[in-house]
Amino acid sequence: MFKILRKEVLANKINLFDIKAPYIAKKAKPGQFVIVRTDDYGERIPLTIADFDREAGFITIILQEIGRSTYDMGKLEVGDFFLDVVGPLGKPSVIQKYGRAICIGGGVGVAPIYPITRALQAAGNHVISILGANSSATFFGEKMLKAVSDELYITTNDGTYGEKGLVTDVLKRIISNDDIDIVFAIGPLGMMEAVSKVTSLKRIKTVVSLNPIMLDGTGMCGACRVEVGNEKKFACVDGPEFDGHLVDWENAKQRARMFEKQEKVALTQSCNCHSKGEGCNV
Amino acid sequence: MSKKEIVKKKYDMPLQDAAERAKSFTEVALGYDMETAVLEAERCLQCKKPFCIEGCPVNVPIPDFIKLILEQDFAQAASIIKEKNSLPAICGRVCPQESQCEKHCILGKKHEPVAIGRLERFVADWEMQNTPELKNPSIPVIDQKVAIIGSGPSGLTCAADLAKLGYKVTVFEALHTPGGVLVYGIPEFRLPKSIVAQEIDKIKELGVEIRVNSVVGQLWTIDELMQEEGFAAVYICTGAGLPYFMDIPGENLNGVYSANEFLTRVNLMKAYQFPKHLTPINVGERVAVIGGGNVAMDSARTALRLGVDNSYIIYRRSEKELPARLEEIEHAIEEGVEFKLLTSPIEILGDEEGRVTAIVCQNYELGEPDVSGRRTPIPIDNSTYTMEVDSVIMAIGQGPNPLIPASTPDLKVNKRGNILTNVAGLTSIPGVFAGGDVVSGAATVILAMGAGKKAAESIDEYLKGLRN
Repeated sequence: MFKILRKEVLANKINLFDIKAPYIAKKAKPGQFVIVRTDDYGERIPLTIADFDREAGFITIILQEIGRSTYDMGKLEVGDFFLDVVGPLGKPSVIQKYGRAICIGGGVGVAPIYPITRALQAAGNHVISILGANSSATFFGEKMLKAVSDELYITTNDGTYGEKGLVTDVLKRIISNDDIDIVFAIGPLGMMEAVSKVTSLKRIKTVVSLNPIMLDGTGMCGACRVEVGNEKKFACVDGPEFDGHLVDWENAKQRARMFEKQEKVALTQSCNCHSKGEGCNV
Repeated sequence: MSKKEIVKKKYDMPLQDAAERAKSFTEVALGYDMETAVLEAERCLQCKKPFCIEGCPVNVPIPDFIKLILEQDFAQAASIIKEKNSLPAICGRVCPQESQCEKHCILGKKHEPVAIGRLERFVADWEMQNTPELKNPSIPVIDQKVAIIGSGPSGLTCAADLAKLGYKVTVFEALHTPGGVLVYGIPEFRLPKSIVAQEIDKIKELGVEIRVNSVVGQLWTIDELMQEEGFAAVYICTGAGLPYFMDIPGENLNGVYSANEFLTRVNLMKAYQFPKHLTPINVGERVAVIGGGNVAMDSARTALRLGVDNSYIIYRRSEKELPARLEEIEHAIEEGVEFKLLTSPIEILGDEEGRVTAIVCQNYELGEPDVSGRRTPIPIDNSTYTMEVDSVIMAIGQGPNPLIPASTPDLKVNKRGNILTNVAGLTSIPGVFAGGDVVSGAATVILAMGAGKKAAESIDEYLKGLRN
């Protein structure tokens, strides 16, 4: 049982949890993830570690309510427990002095980009952060990222906060007149694909973090297989970070839709209002 | 012994009706009742030199426990089985007795051998239902800690044996439930999870601590377990947890599962009770299972229970070479699994959404025997055809999980990634032992248990040496 020490609603349907997990906190590194299960009926949900405090013995996860399991998790409060938290899983980010680095976080991807950004800055890189969201209602993380970035840019698709447009608009502008050594991008598949396309033109090394459907998280089931450079890779043990220029994005997007129908069934039965046609906050 | 006429055949194992059971996850084999168990026990010749014991990887004193069944002292029968085998209710259900103890039964030379497995199961189930008072002999406490990595059959056996000797044993399990392949792999209808849980509870009663959600290799390295956490010895038994794929086109389509994924969803995560349990499974109406081993049979029979119209086994050799247990093949046929033998897939086709629609197969014929002694399958030219299916399950084998070797540079492995050990189970690192599928490659529950037993003896010897 893993106790929730702090909960903060960062934006619409985006929650932060500090969870007591001293062993994981002791070992967690930027780029790694945990698998979380709410109760005996719950799915095993992979979530990137957004932060960790080795002394106080907790890890931070940030999750967006997009499906039934994350919806159930969003209902948990301080003092409640997650039944299972296992990790740290996956390989850590390769942190070193690259020179000038761009860190891009889209949507809830702002959460996992934070510890990487912090580590890159601490390693002596000049770090430029670009954060993006659909609109101001779902945007978060400005203060967090500002503290660990040398430059910070914000975009929203509808222009309700920061610059109107996409993270790739800012990215294109920066790389057209700045020499960039590496780009880290975490966000929706479409965003990471777009970023990789932009950077491939200038051959800028681009690291993306994939979050495919996963089960055990230890390389045992192969559900999370992705095609990278025409090779089958398991995101849980070979990743989650891969070279964005080598990822087969079409296949990744297709595999993310594997259980679309079942996900809708699970979601509708959780609120009892979708079936009645009433509006609800799921 | 009185000159009674020998009963030539085993007493039948009562089974659930095939049509009924193919729709349900409740156990297929119902077990002997007391009367039948005693009758079957009468068939045992009580050989002076019992070969059956030699056929048992953990050397259960078979004639002795069968004699106790005859005397209806089931508590004592259970007790002497448990001296050698800590998981009898599991072994009685899933051991391939026909190729082990029963293969060596003298009665089997002329007639059917004694149904040793069924009798073992009877005794173990009797003990669970009657919980005779534990005569736990006072164990001398030894102040040395042993870490066991993996809570499958090998780890549980090693843990129980070491705990009985007085060691402080901690078992580390990566998943949220202990049992390894017994909980994620073998289906409920063959091995009820409540039986596994009860067997594990008995092992915990010996003082073994089981830590779930603990991935060694990530949370601790082997070195850290020994240097920082104070474990004097380590036993690595992480199983064969790396699924193989065929590397044919279409394997990344939606609807292609490894058998590990498919079975884990259904067994461990209870996807057959979706959406009460939230983990989904989606196999459609027609399922093709690739492979002919026990895992393939389990997958095809599980698919039937999810309500598919057609569940196919696609295997490139003939019926004679099917590596699965005969009993499992028979059960699969009775339940309606359809066998496409001398056939192998060469491509999986999908629609524009990326969902499986069909599988392209090629016919095979058998050539000369290969190094394994099995006849080599040879593809027949111009024999390809397409079968419409909605999902494909790859049950062509598993390799060793790479997490521990990857985080333990001094640990020597072979080309396939299996950990190398000497006959005592010792790896290239002092104090670190390994056994089960991670060493041998994918095998059976009982062989993994045998390795766990041997490792416990070796670890005891090693730790004795450290004490002196």
